[in-house]
Amino acid sequence: MTGKMRALACAGALVAGLAGCSSSGESSDGTVTITWGHWGTADMWGPTATKLAQAFEKSHPKIKVKIEFTPNKEYWTKLQTAAASGSAPDVFWMNGPRIGVYASQGALMPLSDQIAKDKLDMSKYPKALVDLYQLDGKQYGIPKDYDTIGLFYNKDLFDKAKVKYPTADWTWDDVRKAADKLTDASSGVWSIGAPAWNQTHYYDTMVQAGGYIISDDKKKSGFDDPASLQGLQFWKDFLDKKQSPTQQQMTDTDPSVLFQNGKLAMFYDGSYDAVMYQNSKGLNWDVAPMPKGPKSNASIIHGLANVIYAKTKHPQEAWEFEKFLSSEEGNRIQAESGAVIPAYEGLADAWAKSMPGKNLQIFLDAATTAVPYPISKNTAVWARKEVDAITKAYTDGNQVEPIAKEFAATMNADLSAEK
Amino acid sequence: MRTAERTVAAAPAAAARPISRRRLRDREWVWGYLLIAPMVLGLGIFYLWPMVQSVYYSFTEWTLFGDSSWVGIANYTKLLHDAAIGKALINTFVYSALILLGIPVSVLVAALLNARGLRLVGLYRTLYFLPVVTMPAAVAMVWAWLYNGDYGLFNYLLGLVGIKGTSWVANPDTALYAVVLIAIWSAIGYNAVIFMAGLQAIPQHLYEAASIDGAGRIRQFFKITLPLLSPSVFFVSVLTVIGGLQAFDMFFLLFRKGNPAREDSQTVVSLFFTYAFEEGAKGYAAALAVVLLIITLVLTVIQFRLQKRWVHYAS
Repeated sequence: MTGKMRALACAGALVAGLAGCSSSGESSDGTVTITWGHWGTADMWGPTATKLAQAFEKSHPKIKVKIEFTPNKEYWTKLQTAAASGSAPDVFWMNGPRIGVYASQGALMPLSDQIAKDKLDMSKYPKALVDLYQLDGKQYGIPKDYDTIGLFYNKDLFDKAKVKYPTADWTWDDVRKAADKLTDASSGVWSIGAPAWNQTHYYDTMVQAGGYIISDDKKKSGFDDPASLQGLQFWKDFLDKKQSPTQQQMTDTDPSVLFQNGKLAMFYDGSYDAVMYQNSKGLNWDVAPMPKGPKSNASIIHGLANVIYAKTKHPQEAWEFEKFLSSEEGNRIQAESGAVIPAYEGLADAWAKSMPGKNLQIFLDAATTAVPYPISKNTAVWARKEVDAITKAYTDGNQVEPIAKEFAATMNADLSAEK
Repeated sequence: MRTAERTVAAAPAAAARPISRRRLRDREWVWGYLLIAPMVLGLGIFYLWPMVQSVYYSFTEWTLFGDSSWVGIANYTKLLHDAAIGKALINTFVYSALILLGIPVSVLVAALLNARGLRLVGLYRTLYFLPVVTMPAAVAMVWAWLYNGDYGLFNYLLGLVGIKGTSWVANPDTALYAVVLIAIWSAIGYNAVIFMAGLQAIPQHLYEAASIDGAGRIRQFFKITLPLLSPSVFFVSVLTVIGGLQAFDMFFLLFRKGNPAREDSQTVVSLFFTYAFEEGAKGYAAALAVVLLIITLVLTVIQFRLQKRWVHYAS
């Protein structure tokens, strides 16, 4: 090969590479291709995504959907870069902690006008979730699914310790009493898992104690509120009494893995993990509503939404797809996957019946009184510090109150710096 | 290049055509640049230009999706008041210094692999080199299990002799050292290859002369092997320190959210990643990167200065 030829080949490869980068466009026959970004895992979500795209293409022959999967760990870094350079997918998944920053910085297309024009009935979705994807009175996303929290328990371990199963009228005291009996150090069994997890653990108990995480005007942290502190302390007590593995132990081995292997008698967890426990061989589990705290047994509710990229070249086609995904039909296809609770009214029942003998209905009941996942415009900034602070507070030898109060001051500073 | 020029130029001279001789030299000039062009362009586009850009970005502030504004030295003054950066710098220095301990280990391994009469040498070399070509994510997963406080292999072995181990990568007191051990283990193969090449370059007659003069093996090692291996040791130590200052992958993979050791075990680059890609403070992160670049430069210059005292280049 001569030098000249080689240079040509390189140039060709470069051009081909660049051409390969352009993702969506219009082909000669007038068919428009839009991209749809998500982070659902291949085993649980992959086939459902394909089914959704195919059903949409069938009813909209002029539009093709290209599915773009990115693992959750890289999704946000990749999306942020893509959105900055104008090449994000036309339609993509969004979550609560990120909606504030994406909507306020103009990366998302406001949907309110289209919703009004096409008369979409937003009351078909849980209100807490519709509100989650609203900013300054504008709707930026339509919920696709939701999750609430419940008390998962291992029936065999309860039987062995001769403790009655949790019921709907349990209070925090009942959890404490049960925890006193369920730990069995000789066989490596703990009563309960108390990791420094927010959505499934301390956010819920902070609210149940009558506290809050962030004020409604998003200006003040709730981590120094006396009731919130009570909610944070709830978990610390189990840790201090050695009824839960330590933070270090739960870093080494995820508490959901401990629960699957019969090492935890009780574990607060999200509805999304029910299918994982169902698939764990030899695990005799069920789930109960979260026990009532000083004020309520409210659950944090969170759910994903589909959003449209502000700089999409095909706003009309993207909206058509968004509308389809939010429709009853779209939600029904999603419901069949069994992995998540569909957001559309009435379809959740099918999900609740997907595991016979398990009390999944509690997750749907929880949604009626649930509190939205707390967010601000730039949640990521204080959320990272929050996890570090609470992890520290839950580590042996540390006190919750001073650390939580110190974090509240940090969070307040971050909130006042938000634009 | 110069010798090549002369020999090539000699041919047309014989044909007695002075003009073509000049043209050929011109053309050679063009060819020279053409041949180094891929390298120069690659370095320029993918290394130098981004470096210049980073310096520029360090004086700006960015919104998450691409609008920037000039803020002068504000990012740098903010750096001075960031307690997390002080901690990350200390961690990075301690880590970079400790992984230098891998060098004597690598020299030893290289010497053993070089020993005459060793059987299955190919197998050993492959085994030692395997970690170098293994994906960091896989390395982290295996070591996370080895280090597991309740179900890990290390604590099982320690338990056999009656010692109760800790959660090595989740305990703030041990986490940094646990990563140092992984780094040393991962680098042995690569370093050993360089040292083996260095060992093989030492002329055999020096050892023969030394043994005739009555020097034992240990004396030979310290008087011949070590001094003549010092250029390789120097090269590896410069690379090790630069690599140490840029430590990221193991820290990112092992210290996830909720790990009690995470806050105390950040390196400069893992903090950079957090600021730039998790919090979206790109200008601020760029300032941190520039500081790291300066530190790396200074440390490397110091190493080059110090080498005059201990590195022997065989003439």
